[in-house]
Amino acid sequence: MMQDAAGAAASAATALNTNALLGAGIGMGLAIIGAGLGIGRIGGQAVEAIARQPEASGDIRGAMILTAALIEGATLAALVFALLFKVLT
Amino acid sequence: MMQAPDIGGMIFHHTADAHEIAFEWPWGGEFVIHLPQWAPVHVGGMAIDLSPTKHVVFMMLAAFCVWLTMFLTGRALVRQRAAGRGPHGAAGMVEAMVLFVRDDVAVSNIGHHNGAKFAPYILTLFWFILYCNLFGLLPWGATATGNLAVTGALALTAFLTIEISGMIALGPRGYLKTIFFAPPGTSGFTKYAMMVIMTPVELISKLVKPFALTLRLFANMTAGHFVILSLLGLIFLFGTGPALVRWGVAGGSVFFVLFMMALELLVAVLQAYIFALLTSVFIGLMQHEH
Repeated sequence: MMQDAAGAAASAATALNTNALLGAGIGMGLAIIGAGLGIGRIGGQAVEAIARQPEASGDIRGAMILTAALIEGATLAALVFALLFKVLT
Repeated sequence: MMQAPDIGGMIFHHTADAHEIAFEWPWGGEFVIHLPQWAPVHVGGMAIDLSPTKHVVFMMLAAFCVWLTMFLTGRALVRQRAAGRGPHGAAGMVEAMVLFVRDDVAVSNIGHHNGAKFAPYILTLFWFILYCNLFGLLPWGATATGNLAVTGALALTAFLTIEISGMIALGPRGYLKTIFFAPPGTSGFTKYAMMVIMTPVELISKLVKPFALTLRLFANMTAGHFVILSLLGLIFLFGTGPALVRWGVAGGSVFFVLFMMALELLVAVLQAYIFALLTSVFIGLMQHEH
């Protein structure tokens, strides 16, 4: 009976471990989808804007880099928290 | 039956901080410098460990290299000007970068009448983070900015600069107005209703900015290293297969690692620039609130 309880505890622990890994993986994938969509839109619209007004390309490039960095910051925060799930078993 | 290689442990060992600096040779064996471990200092209930770990040593190295770069560049520029020629060579490159960060990052975002005051701080941020990031790409190097405590400390200095410069520029009343924020043009009941809604938002935004700076730099630096180390770990995972699989995986992995390291080089420079840019943008936002 003791072994049964220990086995149950061990299988519960591994189930928690697997679920944490699964959650972390799915979370990372969703976060990257969001970042890809967002930064892709920024890039596309920045290129269109430069095509419409080439003399503003310096300003547009600066704004594009700044906004992409802010979105990437949010994505990487999500990735770091997903890594936290893996590390906390 | 051979044990599966512990790739997770290897990745953690190569990216985390340690009390030793190990130079592993390709033919096996290693040369290890054991760093001193000092007793924790007890300050007000907390025990702070001040011993020089690997990342601390690399940070000191980066700081020394920043100073050395600027010192040698300054001397070379003085000599070049005395000889009557314009800046050229390595000193010209460093001067071009310094002028870019001063003019297009610091002054253009903070404003013209006191942007130059913040330029030394922004330049220090840029060059220190750049050197820390680049040292991680050298053989046997460690990325000091791949440590949450290091990036947290850099973001803390940015937070203090932003808030204290905001308090000095706006005065205490103007500074409190940025927290208890009411959109301009509202009055009476609308104004107070908006203040009730916007105050938590403004407080959270003040705290989230340095938090995001920390995480952005840390995650960008560590993620690249994780990918490179995982790709190299693939070689070991497939190390017990037939010769075709072994050599195929090794060749493909090395090719991808080469590409990833080039990308890491770009990310190192870009993240240093982004940290400096965002800090200047936030300082500028506080200066221009009125």
